[in-house]
Amino acid sequence: MENLDAKRTIVLKGVGVSPGIVIGKAYLFDRFDTQVPLYHLKNKTLVSQEVRRFKTAIKETEIQLQELKNKLSDLGGMEPLYIIDVHIMIMKDRRFIDTTVQNIREQAVNAEWALRITIDKYREIFDKMEEDYLRGRISDIQFVGQGILRNLAGKKRETAQDIGEAVILVAKELSPADTAQIKIDKFLGFATDFGGKTSHTAIVAQSMGIPAVVGLEKITREVKTNDDIIIDGSSGVVIVNPDPEVLKRYEGKKKHYSDVKAISIGNAGLPAVTQDNYRVNIGGNIEFTEEIPSALEHGAENIGLYRTEFIYINREQLPTEEDHFAHYRSIVGVPGLAWTTIRTFDLGGEKFFSDPKLGREMNPQMGLRAIRFCLKEIELFKVQLRAIARASYYGRTRLLFPMISGVEEIRQAKDIFRGVCDQLIAEGIPVGQDVEIGVMIEVPAAVIIADELAKEVDFFSIGTNDLIQYALAIDRVNERVSYLYEPLHPAVLRLLSQIVCAGHEAGIKVAMCGEMAGEPAYTMILLGLELDELSMTPSAIPRIKKIIRGSTREESKQLLEKVKTFSLAAEIREYVEGYMRERFPEEFLINNGNS
Amino acid sequence: MVEIKTFDIINKFGMHARPAAKLVGVATQYKSKIYFERDGQQINGKSMLSVLTMACPQGSRITIRAEGRDAREAVKALGKVIEDKFGED
Repeated sequence: MENLDAKRTIVLKGVGVSPGIVIGKAYLFDRFDTQVPLYHLKNKTLVSQEVRRFKTAIKETEIQLQELKNKLSDLGGMEPLYIIDVHIMIMKDRRFIDTTVQNIREQAVNAEWALRITIDKYREIFDKMEEDYLRGRISDIQFVGQGILRNLAGKKRETAQDIGEAVILVAKELSPADTAQIKIDKFLGFATDFGGKTSHTAIVAQSMGIPAVVGLEKITREVKTNDDIIIDGSSGVVIVNPDPEVLKRYEGKKKHYSDVKAISIGNAGLPAVTQDNYRVNIGGNIEFTEEIPSALEHGAENIGLYRTEFIYINREQLPTEEDHFAHYRSIVGVPGLAWTTIRTFDLGGEKFFSDPKLGREMNPQMGLRAIRFCLKEIELFKVQLRAIARASYYGRTRLLFPMISGVEEIRQAKDIFRGVCDQLIAEGIPVGQDVEIGVMIEVPAAVIIADELAKEVDFFSIGTNDLIQYALAIDRVNERVSYLYEPLHPAVLRLLSQIVCAGHEAGIKVAMCGEMAGEPAYTMILLGLELDELSMTPSAIPRIKKIIRGSTREESKQLLEKVKTFSLAAEIREYVEGYMRERFPEEFLINNGNS
Repeated sequence: MVEIKTFDIINKFGMHARPAAKLVGVATQYKSKIYFERDGQQINGKSMLSVLTMACPQGSRITIRAEGRDAREAVKALGKVIEDKFGED
């Protein structure tokens, strides 16, 4: 077991059999195992106690094994004795002990969970061995683990709230006997290798109201206990070891999902038209084609943002043009969706190549990523663009370039795209005639020169997450400054206003596809800003549509004018939230003040 | 003192639990530091788990390296265990 390798993000797709999103720690279920609880230790004293508890359990297990050996040798059987020596040697192995103690200390978790992490790591090593006979030796390690666990069970931790934390169960499949045996209420969600819509796992998950994805084929091989894991029971997607951005996005999705459960999605199909007849196009943000049904169900009229990063992340080799095309083809021309906006690669090069040097940028958010990376690696970029051009033949397609900061970049990107289209036509491959080209407005420089950029493109799409991050100089995943992240900051409102004005003056549509678009408290402000399109995580759509249908554009403009007179971000936020609560009391009961 | 010698694993099932236990058992009787090396991977010869995870099937070749005052004796004793096929077959 070599160093703790950097955790690779893995995406698995199966059948979603119980809807909802859950984020937590994976627990790899083994039928022959004692169920292991997870506790987080709140302070250093508890951690040292836990280490002592583990070491005591080791000593006791050794004594028991010695006694067993003595008993057996009294009986005269020589042959099986050596195996007891093997077990004692494993248990007293410094590496085995040190790794577990290190897990307790570093993760601040209970000894049982720490031991499971150690055993799972060895299991991974042994699984890779070619000889059956050697591979089977993991059973000796598991046997030792069981012995220690039994002794740990005899010794209670001295924590006050001894409830244990909920975890996500990962198993080959759950049988009725399994679910009867385990403490099922300790689980927040299920992910299994086998099973279908009517499997026992599905039925149990539905009756418990927890998300579940089955038929993942190899999740038990890919996941280890204690891995971070996201389960989307609606689309059937499971993400293991997500990066902080993805994690944050799913936390948002999860929140919207629980909110939407409280309101009816019955009217989700109605258009988002204000009472004074101002229509806003509502799109869905998705990153897996599996999310399309849910987008339609929640009332998406188009795909306002299709993120393509997972096409790259989830594989050993670079995706081919056909890999790309397969994804784009299934998302373009879907009945019920007016158009599909495909955004080109929006990450840094480290996601492409496993070259560690590329991963070590001091400030990756401002580094060689997105369009910058693509314009440097033109051949790679062309692969994606060719597939998009081919897919565009099958339905209305919009092409969106991320992180544009100057006119040169968009011109260059457009040239490359045009070249790719010409080449395809020369090869006799059909391409769409009228692909609309847009830029993400997310770099403050792009806002300042929005009038110039507008001459180059057919639409703008505002990425509020990055725009706010760059404009306010806040790293969104840095918890120490996240309190400064303020979408209603007067500077942000002015930037947004400027973008819409520049776009409308040039006669192009202005969309917003950042998180801000899906936050109901901001809907009237966005109406007041006269955005043409809002795109959001699908489960946010029903509420946003409802608020739009309940407002007028006039009133929204007045609200915006009013808050423009305030100079403090907090003042604006409080005023807008108060206003919205009063205006739509039933919509803001459920998540009172946590926007 | 450093003593290095290479051996072939010739017993049928390779270095499974019992042979590993024998080797580790012998290795721990010596004061010298003892390492086993196979395919560029070097492990502590006194660690049961490391020996098991080295996964040596029949026909693999390991290099034993001992460092310390009793290095020569250690390598000799360990070599004998291997050459005797760990008392198997």
